[in-house]
Amino acid sequence: MIMQKKMIANHFERLSNTDKTGEKAVYTFVPGNLNELIWSFDLLPVHPEINALQSAMRKQSGDYVLEAEKIGHSEDVCTYVKSDIGMMRKGNIGPTGQRLPEPSLLLLSYTGCFTFMKWFELLKQEYKCPVVMLHVPYQADGRITPEMRFYVTKQLKDVVIPKLEEISGKKFDLDRLRTMLASSARSEDDLVHVWNAAKNKPSPIDAYFGGVYYIGPIFTAFRGKPECEEYYKTLRAEVDQRVKDGLGPITPDGKMHKEKYRLVVEGPPNWTSFREFWEMFYAEGAVCVSSTYTRVGGLYEQGFRHDPDHPLESLADYCLGCYTNRNLPSRVDIIAKDIIDFQADGFVVNSIKSCNSFSAGQLLMMKEIEKKTGRSGGFIESDLVDPRYFSAANIKNRLESYFQMLEAKS
Amino acid sequence: MSETREIVEQCKVLYEDLSLASVKEWKQRTGGRAIGFMPVYAPRELVHAAGMLPVGIMGGGENLEIIKGDAYFQSYICHIPRSTIELGVTGRLDCLDGMLFPAICDVIRNLSGMWQMLFKDKLVRYLDLPQEFTKEIGGTFYKQELQGLVHELEKLGGKKVTPEALRHSIKLFNENRRAIERLYNARAETPENLPTYELYLVMRASNVLPVEEHTALVEKYLAAAARQKRNKLDNARVVVTGAFCEQPPIALIRALEASGCYVVDDDWVLGARYLLGDVAMGEDPLQDLANAYLGDCVETASRYETRLEKGAFLIERVKRYRAEGVVFCAPSFCDPALLERPMLVEALNRANVPHTSFNYAENTSQYHVFKEQTGTFADSIKLWGTA
Ligand code: SF4
Ligand code: SF4
Repeated sequence: MIMQKKMIANHFERLSNTDKTGEKAVYTFVPGNLNELIWSFDLLPVHPEINALQSAMRKQSGDYVLEAEKIGHSEDVCTYVKSDIGMMRKGNIGPTGQRLPEPSLLLLSYTGCFTFMKWFELLKQEYKCPVVMLHVPYQADGRITPEMRFYVTKQLKDVVIPKLEEISGKKFDLDRLRTMLASSARSEDDLVHVWNAAKNKPSPIDAYFGGVYYIGPIFTAFRGKPECEEYYKTLRAEVDQRVKDGLGPITPDGKMHKEKYRLVVEGPPNWTSFREFWEMFYAEGAVCVSSTYTRVGGLYEQGFRHDPDHPLESLADYCLGCYTNRNLPSRVDIIAKDIIDFQADGFVVNSIKSCNSFSAGQLLMMKEIEKKTGRSGGFIESDLVDPRYFSAANIKNRLESYFQMLEAKS
Repeated sequence: MSETREIVEQCKVLYEDLSLASVKEWKQRTGGRAIGFMPVYAPRELVHAAGMLPVGIMGGGENLEIIKGDAYFQSYICHIPRSTIELGVTGRLDCLDGMLFPAICDVIRNLSGMWQMLFKDKLVRYLDLPQEFTKEIGGTFYKQELQGLVHELEKLGGKKVTPEALRHSIKLFNENRRAIERLYNARAETPENLPTYELYLVMRASNVLPVEEHTALVEKYLAAAARQKRNKLDNARVVVTGAFCEQPPIALIRALEASGCYVVDDDWVLGARYLLGDVAMGEDPLQDLANAYLGDCVETASRYETRLEKGAFLIERVKRYRAEGVVFCAPSFCDPALLERPMLVEALNRANVPHTSFNYAENTSQYHVFKEQTGTFADSIKLWGTA
């Protein structure tokens, strides 16, 4: 935690100083992010979703969303977008309280969500800066075809890299990229080890609420950097130690005592009442042993690694492989497999009002997962960053009934 | 009954026929297969060249009672997927041998996966339309997508899709697009003679009729409308935008017109007008279709716009059809349309084009609020030239 805080603080410090240092910022999205490529040009990545969720955790997103609605954004659309627009309109102050630099480029990695496109079209109007589109096809049949890989790689080569060269004023350095990809792969090994640790009983980690912290460095600005590798090495050692000591996860209230229910969770968390939400689980002895949200930035447990020997192809596969870029039957299979592999008692779907990419089809997914695993699912609804859609009493009620049902079944 | 009325009544029957009796009848008559497609754009030429009937599915509209569909979707998801699922699980789409889901938004995309799970014995294909528009990159990818679709259709139909058949289909759809363009131009010229309510039903007929029949229908309607002179009202000329997927109920379209607006352009049934020019008919028809998609097309929310400033296309339409204002009319919870709207609003403000906005659902039954809003809008345009 301390290591991660330091990494974030340094990064935002650097971002806030770009007017003095002349460094340039590239805004891009978490799913399918090309972090190593951006860093290899000495450009600084900024992820608007992370800013939005951080604003929510600091209880500012509600105002930002209202600000965006005031200037004409619909109540019905993704609140990440509105939080970001509202934040920008209110001075673009980032999560550390420092001002974020304007983007020199919007790198629209269009992976797993259509809203990304609209989001950066909107930012383009605000910042009047260049945009480069990387269109990542959808895995509609649950597999990556050679044509898809070729299409993405070709865009990287012919469109994205030349644009990054132009913005940075630097030549593309393949060796530098390779070094970073090798580093990414080592972090990815360690992260997978951490996820797999949840197969132990008790699980030493909470792979959803704790998991969102564990994915911090690798899903955001740090993948491919030495400090990221260091972070995952340390995390792995810590988790191994917890397994040896037979310990459960750490919660905001300290150690978790008894693991009563093991759950797989589908969908992003609510950020505006994150601790309260988490407490509804750990207070009941429910541990999340696996979650799909922690795969939006990469599904490493299925074997994918960034590959220095095939740099662009592996970046392409990375983009193509993100969780929300998989078709619904594949998502069902992933969850069903985790329920079995992690010996979960059941699964919970947190359906997010904002996010059609995750939410559309989840009710049918639930039925299919139940059919495949024989385990029942619980269903709750909230939003990412709009506090108006977090009804604590309602969610608590539903979860309690669900836990009672699991209890009765056991 | 007047000639136009007769044609429109015929179209209305097709519109209201949610069980696709006309498609079943076509299948029986020809022994062919039918392939459904969701909005916005699908290359119907391929389906046609495979000897099959492309059938546009645009949800259930205002006439479908949702009994099962709501159990598949949360309340904050637009209406069209639930009514489409309702049509599917109640057997109304059984006559379709397959469904195409063009890349337009996350809801339609995920609906393709739902279809894969629910209708395992049918052809289900997600059509990934490129957002990169160069011939070498996006074009290569898209041509492969088209080739993939051709293979699947050939497998299903047991017959090769030849270049000749494709060229013939392209020719028929080119003719259809030209007829539709004449229809839209005629409405813009004399909106009193081609009420939008009628034009809309004529357009909706393109979803189920074989293309040759639809072209003939458009021509027949055009001729009949030209003969039947109606009174010109002092209405405001408006372009309607935002309704490219889930369709507004017919009564809403009528309410819009009754409130004092002449609709002179719209994006309903947009797939039939998506390509702006003719598709070439060269040696490699798949390449020609791919080129047409990459080239001159409408600007719409699901297509990444690289050539123009946001809103330039809309403003060009406003000018071309001498519109006095724009009505944003978008389905509730439609991310693409609703996120697009602020950008278009900004462009219209810069160009001093008055506009108003409202949201609907395909099964909305309360129209008086819309009617009042668009009525006030039309009045203010007529009084002050602004809203
Ligand atoms: S729709 Fe979902 S995936 Fe897309 S930007 Fe919004 S929260 Fe992210
Ligand atoms: S109405 Fe909008 S959100 Fe709904 S399916 Fe159509 S395009 Fe997607």
